[in-house]
Amino acid sequence: MKAFTYERAADARAAVAAAAARANAKFIAGGTNLLDLMRLEIEQPAHLIDISRLPLQAIDDEPGGGLRLGAQARNSDTAADPRVRTRYPLLSQALLAGASAQLRNKASIGGNLLQRTRCAYFYDTTAPCNKRTPGGGCAAIGGLNRNHAILGASDACIATNPSDMAVALMALDAEVELLGATGASRRVALRDFYLLPETTPHIETVVHPGELITAVVLPRAPAGRQLYRKVRDRASYEFALVSVGVLLAVEKGTVEEVRVALGGVAHKPWRALEAEAVLRGRAPSVAAYQAAADAALARAVGRGHNDFKIELAKRTLVDALTKAGRP
Amino acid sequence: MIGDPVPRIDAPKKVTGTATYTAEVWDAGQPLYGWIVGAAIGHGRIARLDTARAEAAPGVQLVWTHRNAPKQHEPDAGQISYARARPVLTSAEIRHHGEAVALVVATTLEEARAAAALVDVAYEAADGHFDLAAREAHAVEPPMVQSGLFATRSKLGDVDAAMAAAPVTIDRRYTTPYELAQPMEPPACFAAWKGDQVTVHTSTQIIAAARARIAQTLGIPMEKVKVVARYVGGGFGSKLGVQAETILAVLAARALAKPVKIALSRQQMFQLVSQRPASRQRVRLAAGRDGLLTAFAHEATIQQAYGSDFVEQTAACGRPLYAAANRFTTHRVVSLHLPPGGDVRAPGEATGLLAIESAMDELAHALGLDPVELRVRNEPPRDPESNVPFSQRRLVECLQEGARRFGWQRRRATPATLRDAHGWIGYGMASAIRTHFQLATSVRVRLGPSGAAVVQSDMTDIGTGTYTILAQTVGEALGISHHDVRVELGDSDFPTSAGSGGSFGAANSCNAAFRACRALRARLAAAAVADPLSPMHGLDPAGATLADGRLAIGHASEPVADLVTRLFPSGVDAIGDVADGTAEPSYKAYALNTYGAHFAEVRVDAVTGEVRLQRMLGVFDGGRMLNRATARSQLLGGMLWGAGGALLEDAPVDPRYGSFAARDLAQYLVPAHADVPEIDAIILEGVDDKANDLGAKGVGELGICGAGAAIANAVFNAVGVRVRDFPITIEKLLPGLPR
Ligand SMILES: Cc1cc2nc3c(=O)[nH]c(=O)nc-3n(C[C@H](O)[C@H](O)[C@H](O)COP(=O)(O)OP(=O)(O)OC[C@H]3O[C@@H](n4cnc5c(N)ncnc54)[C@H](O)[C@@H]3O)c2cc1C
Ligand code: SF4
Repeated sequence: MKAFTYERAADARAAVAAAAARANAKFIAGGTNLLDLMRLEIEQPAHLIDISRLPLQAIDDEPGGGLRLGAQARNSDTAADPRVRTRYPLLSQALLAGASAQLRNKASIGGNLLQRTRCAYFYDTTAPCNKRTPGGGCAAIGGLNRNHAILGASDACIATNPSDMAVALMALDAEVELLGATGASRRVALRDFYLLPETTPHIETVVHPGELITAVVLPRAPAGRQLYRKVRDRASYEFALVSVGVLLAVEKGTVEEVRVALGGVAHKPWRALEAEAVLRGRAPSVAAYQAAADAALARAVGRGHNDFKIELAKRTLVDALTKAGRP
Repeated sequence: MIGDPVPRIDAPKKVTGTATYTAEVWDAGQPLYGWIVGAAIGHGRIARLDTARAEAAPGVQLVWTHRNAPKQHEPDAGQISYARARPVLTSAEIRHHGEAVALVVATTLEEARAAAALVDVAYEAADGHFDLAAREAHAVEPPMVQSGLFATRSKLGDVDAAMAAAPVTIDRRYTTPYELAQPMEPPACFAAWKGDQVTVHTSTQIIAAARARIAQTLGIPMEKVKVVARYVGGGFGSKLGVQAETILAVLAARALAKPVKIALSRQQMFQLVSQRPASRQRVRLAAGRDGLLTAFAHEATIQQAYGSDFVEQTAACGRPLYAAANRFTTHRVVSLHLPPGGDVRAPGEATGLLAIESAMDELAHALGLDPVELRVRNEPPRDPESNVPFSQRRLVECLQEGARRFGWQRRRATPATLRDAHGWIGYGMASAIRTHFQLATSVRVRLGPSGAAVVQSDMTDIGTGTYTILAQTVGEALGISHHDVRVELGDSDFPTSAGSGGSFGAANSCNAAFRACRALRARLAAAAVADPLSPMHGLDPAGATLADGRLAIGHASEPVADLVTRLFPSGVDAIGDVADGTAEPSYKAYALNTYGAHFAEVRVDAVTGEVRLQRMLGVFDGGRMLNRATARSQLLGGMLWGAGGALLEDAPVDPRYGSFAARDLAQYLVPAHADVPEIDAIILEGVDDKANDLGAKGVGELGICGAGAAIANAVFNAVGVRVRDFPITIEKLLPGLPR
């Protein structure tokens, strides 16, 4: 771990001002991801701005039936919030499928969105990794890549985004609220928030250096049954091999509304719009779900150890849709 | 009292944080902190070294590499491996990924770690051998297995001929991956010198081995080294010998004339400790239609590090297990440029029984015979290889009692025929067997004038309950409450034990303590009958008993406290010893093992192939239990370890780099709480009078033995897919899942 300086920000504006004033500053929220990476010198901030006590913990109703999750709301509190549980059960389920109770008590919404990949070579500083050292090569290609991406990967990086929460948020069309150094705030749809690796896998999101996530805004959820299914080797406390988040509304024998997102399959939480297009307006059936799953994974590419994830993702998606579509 | 489920006497200290573990020791004042720099390649040499930046970093006191580290002594291969010298930073050669190439000592841990990253090492990588399967053709039979405790091979009759003649045969290959012990407490050392004497607090299972290793590496007399380990946060074999952290802390503390503390990080524990070697096994079975085995063959090929002589006894566990006239077992090793393999809980059985007991299930299936019945039919009357009688052996009782309690009759004989809403349900079972060892151990018991006792030994309590069982044993033997027994362990000033390992610690140390108590009783009785003031004056001391705090001969008795106060005003003590099993006639005349039977129910998700353990039961025969609660904990923990071996644990090597790719517990998976189902361990009460005075054996490893195979067999029963490459993960089941 490299030496760093530390300050605690008094409010959001002070936090972004502090970040703008220092080179190589980073925000620290729960620290559950950042500190591990700092110990291994994968992250090397010279200055930490502690935002964990900023007054951004609240979960507030939005006009029109949406919900605004403060960036500092704890993962555990968010999962337990009655409004989240009744209106966005997908989000609650996804949060509870993640990490452990102790970690969820520390982890924040903002930190969860920006947690970094669990690619083993990203953690092994003796191995080449374009995400750590741009241009250094990617050890996972041709290496042990059971946990790696099957969609949207590039020759530079095949890592996955490990967040469960973000899969749910992706299906729920969330937006991220950001505060810039100048004090100006902007909103970015989560769909546009994450980047594919392409040739710059070290750039993972559209967040500018020094920009602070202040909230995640959920629009009113469409009617329909929501379901999160995470597949993993052990029953808890493991990142997803694949996960699916679905929302399905069937009215009078046709699919009125459908949302499909996949986790553990790509560099970002993966919204499967092709699958949604297959289903929308169609009669629900296992065949239709199968067609949707085939569409979602049509461009999937295995890298060896992760080949099975293509079939696994399809099966899991068909099953989740089947369960969500039951009368 | 012996056997009672007495709660651990050290539990209050542990739950209040006052049990001091090595890295928390502060006795000698503020220490300096060391950090080990590991090699970034798997094989080759250091081409260039620059330590200038590290040396100039804040707080740095010392930077060592092979160029300037103190000269150390080379190991003497004649000694047991854990006690041999273990020199560190000796040459530019890199023998495995992560091997120590530098040490940085600084004022704070953070400074040491930051400076460690500034040590600039350039390597000249060479092509290494990292792939066991690819090198299998180079396998050789080693001269010794497990330091000579087992023969490399055994042969009786003609297996090939029996295979050719039998109506039903099984010839299968199984593989098991590298596994790591990963105790909660990392290896750590705190070393402080006073003149030419060093006190070494180190997290170890065997104090005497640590002491010998340190003394020999430094080339100093053993008497100059005091080793202390009062509390050890698990070892599972990984702490049988101390490693680089201890040697380097001792050397640096001497060089700097200040206490030095070094602990390994979790990542370093994947490189600097030792792993259970990966194995490739072949099992052949031949049987008549009646299920009676005519041949049993087990061949194990395992990884070995170049320069290491560690060989796990993988193919030894089947030797005493089932009857069969024609038998063959052997071990082969393949040298690779990986860290030296080492003992990990239940070495031999953990992987060997996965293969044998899977093969037995395959045979039962091929015969259309119940797997329990197959095993019962092949129960041998005597040890089938050494041809000596067994001491107590109740394997059949374990099998039958387990089957009854588990509801085994509900099992479907045809795989993939039982389903519920979530998936396929399967039942599986396997036998358990574990060799029993006895190793030389001494324990001192001292009675003070108050009548309270103190027990002293360098025996360790690695979280298993040693403190408690010694208090119980001594309490019973002296006729006092265990509350009046103080147990002091883990200090090389105390009598020497064999430490904790190989499931021998409990029986060794409790029998030695028991003998010390008997010697004490004899001394007290002799003194009493010679003392005119004693009511026992002139009686025959041979019939003396100790109970309720009194020494009695016939109807005459006297409080022990009075006797001690009067006749031994400064207290009285005695040392009890047990000898090495090789010196005990009964260990030659009998085959001594512990036994059990595992039963498992799994559910395999019909969609995803995820395997979830639903229920598990073990029934065990391990001689006399010293504390039924701590014994049960060991057995349950072992069973779950077996579940990890069957379903989760895997440290794959990246053959391009020669490294274990994933080096943390988020990626190296062991069962989490949610994976623990309804589980129970039933202990058949018994006394093995061939083992020792108390009739006790050990159960620290028995729970693992065969547990994984019961689960693997349940998976087969659930979905009809036989996975022979462990662990059984989703990708291996998915293609064959029933529709
Ligand atoms: C053992 C383990 C298991 C886990 N398992 C799972 C799992 O199964 N599923 C899962 O989804 N997650 C899992 N996690 C990850 C966990 O969810 C994240 O570590 C956590 O959500 C991060 O939140 P934090 O507040 O601690 O972030 P921090 O570690 O404080 O920060 C993470 C990053 O976000 C940045 N950041 C934080 N807040 C803001 C903000 N408001 N604005 C701008 N930047 C910000 C920080 O600078 C840092 O770069 C696991 C973690 C561990 C350690
Ligand atoms: S997959 Fe990405 S994170 Fe992993 S080694 Fe390759 S570049 Fe690095």
